[in-house]
Amino acid sequence: MSVLDGAKAAALLFVAAVIQVSVLNSVTVIGGTPDLLLITLCAVALLRGSIFGAVGGFFAGLIVDTATLETMGVTALLLTLAGYWIGRYGETTGRGRHAPVLSVGVVTILYAFGALLVRYLLGQGGSPRVVLLDALPPSLLFNLLLAIPVFLFCRWVLSLGHDSQPVREVRLIE
Amino acid sequence: MLGSSSQRSTPASYSSRFSGPVRRRIVLGVLVVVSLVLITVYFRETPGGALHNIQSAGSTVLRPFEVAATRVAHPFQDLYNYLRGLVHAKSERDRLQAELDKTRQRLIQYQLAVQNNKQLRASLHYISGRRFPQGFRALTAEIISKPPSQFEQHVVIGAGSADGIRDDDPVVSADGLVGKVTKVAANQAQVTLLTDEDSAVSALDIDTQAEGIVKHGHGPGTNLFLDQVPKSEHVTLNNRIVTAGWHQGDLSSIYPKGIPIGIVSSVGFPSTDLYARVQVTPYVDFSSLDSVIVLVAKK
Repeated sequence: MSVLDGAKAAALLFVAAVIQVSVLNSVTVIGGTPDLLLITLCAVALLRGSIFGAVGGFFAGLIVDTATLETMGVTALLLTLAGYWIGRYGETTGRGRHAPVLSVGVVTILYAFGALLVRYLLGQGGSPRVVLLDALPPSLLFNLLLAIPVFLFCRWVLSLGHDSQPVREVRLIE
Repeated sequence: MLGSSSQRSTPASYSSRFSGPVRRRIVLGVLVVVSLVLITVYFRETPGGALHNIQSAGSTVLRPFEVAATRVAHPFQDLYNYLRGLVHAKSERDRLQAELDKTRQRLIQYQLAVQNNKQLRASLHYISGRRFPQGFRALTAEIISKPPSQFEQHVVIGAGSADGIRDDDPVVSADGLVGKVTKVAANQAQVTLLTDEDSAVSALDIDTQAEGIVKHGHGPGTNLFLDQVPKSEHVTLNNRIVTAGWHQGDLSSIYPKGIPIGIVSSVGFPSTDLYARVQVTPYVDFSSLDSVIVLVAKK
């Protein structure tokens, strides 16, 4: 893990977290809210693995909890698990072209259930009907629509500074 | 393109050095434990506790970034809100139109209720006042059906024989004579208004004591005529006309004496007629009647 990689991933997640809490959380279209932070975390975890995903999710969650003055550690816990799971998926079987969309779709659903469960355990549970039936389908749709562009952007940012010149010459070993 | 493994910049040595199973699990475990500790501490401490203070300080630090993001996003949010407003404008207009219709209906109902209340108060004042005729009890009834055209001067009231109403019972309002009951059902009764062509009421000019019969003239309008008043009687403008309430043997007028009918609005002396032509404007506004008082004779 290079320092540059870590800094770029941290910058991506920080910007995504700030945009999420200050802009997107107030945007509601047909009852749903796009989760840019979760999508960015998926992209980073897919591209950089489970430890990056877990650590990035933890600190991004702390930023969200701090900025929204919510219970410290709740979002951090959920995003840690989400980042780790997506990272493991990327390290093992998630290498197809559908991996970003698939992982974003699955993690959006699991994140909604997980958030509901954790908040229920903490006695802060909202209405499951509202969270799962009213808000989740449109949020899932928005996240799926954003998955590819965000993934491509994150991949471009994380590849900056790396030698990604295509191979121009192949020397055969005799 | 998305599945191209050559685009992934994960070095070959990366997994072995940083993503070993043990290291992975340790990192995950530590982060989960730290998260749980944070949650626990946050819950257990007071609002002025260390973690709350750290959160407050962190929030202050993050504030400029949030403000910057908000400012950058502001034009886009405005555009989004504008487009959203356009999408919702039609439904919003329909909703507001429906609300306006409902409010208009309520206003009309309110105005009708106020008018009704005013009439009922006047009726109550009349019933309890000295002008109310002796030997009758008042039965206030709501008009439930009005004349369909100006040629039919009947109304239907929501009280009938079950309430003691009989044929020919006089019907008044707080302003004056309205007409008489001409048909009675159990819970409804038909009232023929004074403005009907078949109505005729013996009346008296209380200023000159001239007697006559109040009838409705031919044609539209609510103007009445005090007929059969000799030209020798000096009936003048603004004289007050009331019911005469005559008695002759066992016979008597169905209308008690002294019920106001109207005011003289014009007096003519046609050369071809024996009687003066006295036009009377009724006190009662027949077009705005909502309730009436039936004078039921006491037994």
